[in-house]
Amino acid sequence: MISQIFILSSKGDHLIYKDFRGEESKDSISVFYEMVTALSGDQPPVVMSHKGLHFIHVRQGGLYWVASTKTNPSPFTIIEFLNRLAALTKDYCGSLSEKSVRMNFALIYELLDEMVVNDFGYIQTTSTDILKNFIQTEAVSSKPFSLFDLSNVGLFGAETQQSKVAPSVAASRPIMSSRGEQGGKNEIFVDVIERLSVVIGSKGVLMKADIQGEIRIKCFLPTCSEMRIGLNEELSIGKSQLKGYSSAVRVDECRFHQAVKLDEFDTFRILKVCPSQGEQTVMQYQLCDELPCAPPFQLFPSVEKDYVNRSVNLSMVLIFLKLRCDLPPKRSVFILHTSITPLPLSILYSMSQELSSPDQTAELQPKNKALLWEIPRFPGGAQLSALFKVDVPGLSSASLLEVGPVSMSFELPKQTCTGLQIRFLRLSPTQTGLSQRWVRYVTHSDSYTIRI
Amino acid sequence: MPYLGSEEVVKELRRALSNPNVQADRLRYKNYITKVIRYMTQGLDVSALFMDMVKASATVDIVQKKLVYLYMCTYASDKPDLALLAINTLRKDCADPNPMVRGLALRNMCNFRMPGMTEYIEQPIVAGLRDKASYVRRVAVLGCAKMHSLQPNTEIDGTIVNELYALLRDPDPVVVVNCLRALEEILKDEGGVVINKPIAHHLLNRMKDLDSWAQSEVLTFLLRYRPRSDDELFDILSLLDAFLLSSHAHVAVATLRLFLHLASAHPTVQADALLRTSAPLLATCGAASRELRFAGLCHVQQVMRSQPGLFGTHYKRFFCGYSEPSYIKFRKMEILVELVNDENVALVLEELRSYCTDVSPELAQAAIAAIGRIARTYSEKCLDILTGLLGLKQDHITSAVIQTFRDLVWFCPQSTAAVCQTVGACVDSPQDSEGKQALLWLLGEHGDQISSAPYVMEGYIDGLKTELSSAVKMELLTAAVKMFLCRPAETQDMLGRLLHYCIEEESDVCVRDRALLYYRLLQRGVEETRKVVTGPKSDPSMSVLTGRQEEPISEWDSTFNTLGPLAGCDLCPQTAATSAADQPSCRAENELLPESTDVTLSSPDDAEEEISLSLGPPLSHETFEKMWLDLETLHRQTLGFPRPRAAPDTLQAALQLVKIQTLAFTPGDTVPWKAYIYTRSTETLILAELLQGDQQAPGSDESLVVSVKQQPVNQHAIRGFPSRSVVYRVCFSQVNQTNYTFVVF
Repeated sequence: MISQIFILSSKGDHLIYKDFRGEESKDSISVFYEMVTALSGDQPPVVMSHKGLHFIHVRQGGLYWVASTKTNPSPFTIIEFLNRLAALTKDYCGSLSEKSVRMNFALIYELLDEMVVNDFGYIQTTSTDILKNFIQTEAVSSKPFSLFDLSNVGLFGAETQQSKVAPSVAASRPIMSSRGEQGGKNEIFVDVIERLSVVIGSKGVLMKADIQGEIRIKCFLPTCSEMRIGLNEELSIGKSQLKGYSSAVRVDECRFHQAVKLDEFDTFRILKVCPSQGEQTVMQYQLCDELPCAPPFQLFPSVEKDYVNRSVNLSMVLIFLKLRCDLPPKRSVFILHTSITPLPLSILYSMSQELSSPDQTAELQPKNKALLWEIPRFPGGAQLSALFKVDVPGLSSASLLEVGPVSMSFELPKQTCTGLQIRFLRLSPTQTGLSQRWVRYVTHSDSYTIRI
Repeated sequence: MPYLGSEEVVKELRRALSNPNVQADRLRYKNYITKVIRYMTQGLDVSALFMDMVKASATVDIVQKKLVYLYMCTYASDKPDLALLAINTLRKDCADPNPMVRGLALRNMCNFRMPGMTEYIEQPIVAGLRDKASYVRRVAVLGCAKMHSLQPNTEIDGTIVNELYALLRDPDPVVVVNCLRALEEILKDEGGVVINKPIAHHLLNRMKDLDSWAQSEVLTFLLRYRPRSDDELFDILSLLDAFLLSSHAHVAVATLRLFLHLASAHPTVQADALLRTSAPLLATCGAASRELRFAGLCHVQQVMRSQPGLFGTHYKRFFCGYSEPSYIKFRKMEILVELVNDENVALVLEELRSYCTDVSPELAQAAIAAIGRIARTYSEKCLDILTGLLGLKQDHITSAVIQTFRDLVWFCPQSTAAVCQTVGACVDSPQDSEGKQALLWLLGEHGDQISSAPYVMEGYIDGLKTELSSAVKMELLTAAVKMFLCRPAETQDMLGRLLHYCIEEESDVCVRDRALLYYRLLQRGVEETRKVVTGPKSDPSMSVLTGRQEEPISEWDSTFNTLGPLAGCDLCPQTAATSAADQPSCRAENELLPESTDVTLSSPDDAEEEISLSLGPPLSHETFEKMWLDLETLHRQTLGFPRPRAAPDTLQAALQLVKIQTLAFTPGDTVPWKAYIYTRSTETLILAELLQGDQQAPGSDESLVVSVKQQPVNQHAIRGFPSRSVVYRVCFSQVNQTNYTFVVF
């Protein structure tokens, strides 16, 4: 059972505080904040104890979501519950930030009080279907002015291609607003999200490749009896089910949401689900030690040592990076961060750079011993290169070994690495015209590391 | 908003709330109420507005009602007299036709934490238990628990308990789970809710209707149930089988814990369950939420204590991602070290090698230490890597490598030659005191194999004046003396200088004393010194232990899926302490004890045979009696001294201090005198009877006879039975000069 729940901003401001059992005083908030800020980086902060009171917290949206308890409960339950609370807040407020929590604090109190953990610190329910009957407060959405919204308006009012693509902020609105001004927008978003973690060895050998994927539904429909999601027919699960030589889409294992009906899954690969309002993960899957397609990036690095002035031992490191994107030419990568850590240094003086196009930027971060190279857009099949000259005084040739791995973070839109696709999305009863269905594919880099 | 003092704010708000114009405009009125709540959250004392807020509760707007109720619950305990005024409104709402209003009012009325509430809430709660709407029933059921917590020392109301047991059959799943929770709280002093066969089977059949939170909680309650036969056990297991692979980690893990607990007599079933759950556990280790990842990793570590091979093929899942926080990376490295085998050693080492140059020095040092651990088995490859790291000439890396060398030489003497060669060739020396100490230890212990040792040491002796750490100075003294014993010619001069400095000029007393000790030792002669100074150069007994030992699952399954693994081991004694402190009655008794009550714990046998006892949840009289009749007596012993003459509550408190609970005593000087006591050791419950003056029991006329029973019978305890008697001597020196010795087992 949970004694208290509180939400703190990263600066320690009290945003939400609720005491369920009256066992502890409000001072525990400041006790928690002192403890969490006093921790050094290597200490695990997830569970902390103070005089028999245990604090369990997660960080989401830059906020601390904390539960305190005097008993010894299952950590998985509490952590998943806090994550769920954050997700619900996101569902109801549209986005998750200090501002949106501040603006909707009455609603969050209602959430907490009404259903989530109402009574005496016991979790009652977190399903949006049940909750929507009880939650009365309207969300105040904090909509920042954004240029993205303008991009939807075609040039001189003309219909552009873009109207076929939902704007990226479309899914971040409160689920409750459907009864308000946006009443007509009966939308459903289905996202196939994959997280890629790859380690490529120094000789270009693929050392590790894992894909964690999930199909997530965000539903704004007020009512929806059943939805059928058709996946690739050739999808095979597990190592034993490899069928001949066909180019099967394979995943190692998958797990489904409780509410998913699987009677047509084995033969037709159809998931049947009655989505409730808000966001939910319908299916999770993973693929280990194998990448069905080539890794999206190849790096050809060279690191050398050069002298500027041999007499005063003023040396520099020459880093030449050639990066190739192995995606089909039509695809492109958005916002690629490439960082090299660590660099051999005690004091960094300066860096000069030669980048292949002007929209790229590069930056030295001496505090993290890092060199950050940012590429806003990287078309498939292209090759970019960069040359960095970093002045490092007193460089020995051994310290070149220290020049560390290259880590990349990126987002590949419209693409899944496993090749999982959604064939169709049918709602029944068919609400033609009324509902809009969006399917999005995206691959994130969880950790993409290339050794030098 | 301009900054206002709290009094100003309250005055302003009161003016607004009592303004009839504002009251007429619903939206404006609600806005002001929202403002009050906002100030409340920020920590401003707005309790002075209580009267105005009570007025605001009489509304049809449910949102406004909720806000006002939130306010009332917060301040009710500060203003009990005013809160009584609100109760009328609340009681009226409890009869509202709208179930939501009924539930809301009932819930908030129960949340008023002030004395004297019980008389007002009892009747609405009882009515709520029979309400048509499940929403109201849910609230009412937990209301029973709240009512009990308002007056913890009163007798338990049997009718309410019976009603709650009956409501376990309620069609609404949340009501069912709330009943379990409420009964658990109300019956806390009697050991919590009793899960018998019909209840257990009923719950198992309802599992599918529950949502995931309720599922994992019911699974935890089911841990109390022991199936009567193997057939029943396997029926239960096959019913629960699907939940092992639940997509909610907390359900999967709770199911696994129940499996491990139920199937404790069937190791193959346990192994199979672990194998099947390894996939969900691994998935949590890669979850998007890093807190969940951490929890998953900690539990993987626990599982690996018994089944080190289970995750062997998945070692790549424990490679660190570059964006992960370091506390996750530390755990992953610990796991990687455990997973090393002949096939993957090269890849794991390459991975660990890349962490050694991490930006964070702590992480780099941990990675180097991890390589050092692997070196105990695969010394050659690891030594190559460690030697290569010395070439980087980074202070923190050099220091960590030298420390790793020291540990390696100590644990695994066969690598000494290679280490000494490397250390001899290493040019620069560590800068921090830990590293210096490690280097000096190596030089002193193995100076005969490091040719440059005297010169390195001379450098330290020359720089002694600038050395700040006294630990380094002490290590230097020891190392210099040891080196003198094996290479006297090169060392004599510098040792003289060192001793002279330390005795004449050093301000730290410890260093000076150490120097004097060595000086006097050396005066006694070299052979005497050698006898005293040189010890074993390595610990061969430890190298045998490096082979991983598989622990039985019972070692850890009691803490599985609790906070223990996440917080490290320090949590466990703390929870034991809190559980003792939870019972206010026993705390009071402890305070009654005279100051000088001296409780000493002495074990006549090996210290390692010591058994830790804990109080655990209290047993009910019925449970005790049933167990006592069912079980066989394991051990009977005549203690050879009469029963204690202390007052019963003193005795009870004294026993509680040594973690033994008392169930019942015969009062005063009745003959035969009996006492029933119980305690918990790891996994087992120990029951005992103390008896004196019974005609049937031989030898009980003059001294106490103790009979011990155990549930479940712990194989360990029986095997080591005779040697395991732990004597607790409780001396009441002040009470009546009686020494009372009590033997457990």
